Amino acid sequence: MTTLSLKINGKTKKVDVDPSTPLLWVLRDHLDMRGTKFGCGVAACGACTVHLDGNAVRSCQLPVSAVGRSSVTTIEGLSEKGDHPVQKAWIEHDVAQCGYCQSGQIMSAAALLIARPNPSDADIETHMSGNICRCGTYMRIREAVRSAAKK
Amino acid sequence: MDNNKTTYNRRSFLKASVLSGGGMLLTVSWLSSFKSADKVEALNLPEQWASLNGYIHITPDNKVKLICPNPEFGQNVMTSLPMMLAEELDVDWKNVTVEMGPHDHAKLGAQFTGGSNSVRMYWKPLREAGAAARQMLREAAAQTWNVPVSEVMTKAGVLSHSSGKSAKYGDMASKAATVPVPKDLKLKAPKDFTIVRKPTKNVEAHKIVSGQPLFGLDYHVDGMLIAMIQHPPAFGMKLKSFDAVQTLKMPGVKDVFSLKLYEDGFEQGGFDTRTFNELLVVVGNTTWEVMNARKKLVANWEPAGDVKDTMAGRGGKREVIVPGGLESTTSQLEKMQEYAKKPAQQLRKDGDPETAFRNAAQVIERTYNAPFLAHNCMEPMNFFAHVTEEKALLAGPLQAPGWTEPTLVKLLGLPADKIEIQMTRMGGGFGRRAYGHYLSEAALISRKVKAPVKLMYTREDDMTYGIYRPMYTATYRAALDSDKNLIAFHVKGGGIPEHAIHANRFPAGAVDNYLAEGWQIASNITIGAFRAPRSNFNAAAEQSFLDEVAEAAGKDPIEFRLELLKKAKENPVGKNNEYDADRYAGVLQLVRKKSNWGKPGNEKYSRGVAAYFCHNSYAAHVVDIVTRDGEPYVEQVFSAMDCGIVVNPDAATNMVQGAVVDGIGNAFYGALTHRDGAAQQTNFSNYRMIRINEAPKRIEVHFVQNDLDPTGLGEPPFPPVFGAVANALYKNKGRRFYNQPFQPDFKNNLRDS
Repeated sequence: MTTLSLKINGKTKKVDVDPSTPLLWVLRDHLDMRGTKFGCGVAACGACTVHLDGNAVRSCQLPVSAVGRSSVTTIEGLSEKGDHPVQKAWIEHDVAQCGYCQSGQIMSAAALLIARPNPSDADIETHMSGNICRCGTYMRIREAVRSAAKK
Repeated sequence: MDNNKTTYNRRSFLKASVLSGGGMLLTVSWLSSFKSADKVEALNLPEQWASLNGYIHITPDNKVKLICPNPEFGQNVMTSLPMMLAEELDVDWKNVTVEMGPHDHAKLGAQFTGGSNSVRMYWKPLREAGAAARQMLREAAAQTWNVPVSEVMTKAGVLSHSSGKSAKYGDMASKAATVPVPKDLKLKAPKDFTIVRKPTKNVEAHKIVSGQPLFGLDYHVDGMLIAMIQHPPAFGMKLKSFDAVQTLKMPGVKDVFSLKLYEDGFEQGGFDTRTFNELLVVVGNTTWEVMNARKKLVANWEPAGDVKDTMAGRGGKREVIVPGGLESTTSQLEKMQEYAKKPAQQLRKDGDPETAFRNAAQVIERTYNAPFLAHNCMEPMNFFAHVTEEKALLAGPLQAPGWTEPTLVKLLGLPADKIEIQMTRMGGGFGRRAYGHYLSEAALISRKVKAPVKLMYTREDDMTYGIYRPMYTATYRAALDSDKNLIAFHVKGGGIPEHAIHANRFPAGAVDNYLAEGWQIASNITIGAFRAPRSNFNAAAEQSFLDEVAEAAGKDPIEFRLELLKKAKENPVGKNNEYDADRYAGVLQLVRKKSNWGKPGNEKYSRGVAAYFCHNSYAAHVVDIVTRDGEPYVEQVFSAMDCGIVVNPDAATNMVQGAVVDGIGNAFYGALTHRDGAAQQTNFSNYRMIRINEAPKRIEVHFVQNDLDPTGLGEPPFPPVFGAVANALYKNKGRRFYNQPFQPDFKNNLRDS
């Protein structure tokens, strides 16, 4: 066990964990932040996507010890009231079916828009292809990302 | 057509009560029976559906809370079912809040999500519940104002009278709760709908996008432990012994033990399917600790041999032998080929197919195959359980709590009223979560460790556990006379461990000489309902075959089907034809028009069409394929649906689009194969799922406009996608695709376009 100090959603959190623990399980089991989802555990589905200094990362494969001084943003911290342009676009386009993958989709989309505020369709496809939606809401995801980019 | 009508034999009693703090709680209870031709066929549904209730809460401050009785797995019932209540209650949707109901068999009825039945089964009862409440509010206002009730009007939650008097529902709610419940209710005509048919946003959307802990895996109580099960590495194996010494030394570990799920002779219901009975369990403090500790287990497995299961059933219990052995996909395919040659069970016969085939000018024979499929719900199987001597609390994702509760009663020895099952939002279901073994496992683990426990499956546990879509094959034969008329049709279908044949569906009824047969091979690989069970293979094979027959007959594939449907309507062959030929033709005509089928302007596309009827709704798709980076890509799809009244058009469109994407994904990539009993796909790294760059750019969804009572959409759009994809691939590649998944075969080019 190691005590680590993490910068998450603008706040400093101290956790006492095995340093090999993936960030995903630190968030979910130790910090009671369960908006970030477990889907595969091997970085193949994107359900666990969070931001590390604004970049999308798969938290299921990121040992908490590797976070260091980087800032972590989770779905809970993307906006205070759930009104980030990407979140608003997701509601506007009524994207979700079951909704389980959508935290990860939204975090991936928000990271894309940080890197490329006006993404091309090819940018959207490339960047979002790491996130599986089993319900098949991909068309709406594309539309929502395009519409958030205009905001 | 009378075999798909819903009938409510209503012996109703309604109860109203004053909420503590004022207001009205209307409990509407009906004992109803729900009868349908596909009742047992689709999902082994009980013949007698239980009583049905709706809850409406109105508080003095004019808040309206509506309860959703059915579990939500993405089909959007938390929005569509309350819309039906609100329509007749006549409230402003903006003032409505929605809550998932508790599991309460006596009050809320079936509470079953599956078979595309939620909207269909609640359509009448929920509108009646809304209408009853509205009527009682009007009565209360009439008494208060001393005017005839017929003169009291309502609009969007406000009662009014021509004298100028008006009141909000909340003002009258307490009084309304004391009014006798009306006996006769008049429901709105479709032309008067103000909420139903209006695109309405998902009531849970904000919670979803802000990451609130809605799902079973998010359920948490203080002091909760985490449990995982190590199941055998292959179907046909079982636990022999284990050494937990190293596991117990791992940090955070509380206990390691083996546990029997069902005792010998336990009578399994249709949804008690479980693959492994002997559970090797690791319990600890946190997920990561349990995951790591489980890796240190030293387990010895042995062949399970033939296993005798006891199945409960209407005709009494019966014994079933689950065969031992370690199966492989190659040997399964060989075995299927061998069985396909043997005599099979006759499912339907019209005319004299033998003679017709003998006298035919041309006979076309084709065989289609499809593999096992894993459901791969994004949220892996999991359940929370806290079981004590006195009671049990369970919470998590489950499609049919009412079917698992009796199992818990037997396993735990507790009465049903001491077992509480909370229905969380489900991260997908697709039929998988109708099987509650993981809930029973969680309950037994909690009882053993005497603590609240969350059982969770990793993705690998989930994907390799079984309860798959079965492995199917079918051989179709068509006989054409010298004028290229279809004079006989024969299907012989088989599967592991069941076949897919729906003998009374199209083209049955449209061909004079018809024969349907089925056979099956027992297996230790467990199966379960998978989005449109059986139909999902039938539509692929049959619709692909009909395309080939149409071509042989020199006819346009839509025109060919329409001619058959005309015959089925005007001069039907045989009995028990399950489909309505007009509605079937209707979706084909609509998709033909909307896709500009056969018209100039679509030359860049390889086009394929297919249609199907299942779960009481009709679907047709035109799939347009282009070659992109050397491989076929479905660029756009046109869909036509007939599900009667479309309760929530935007959500319905979303559902159809999702089913199309799911269909393309499974047709192209879906496969769960085995080697020596072990699943060869274990995670999304080797089980290919369709991704955003492979999804069509456009899926245009159209609905047949009519005022028929609504039917479901979760399943019906899915099956014909496979057939339309196969038919478009034929145009693209110049050769037919008979074996799913199709994508691995793209490279074997005969004539690439």
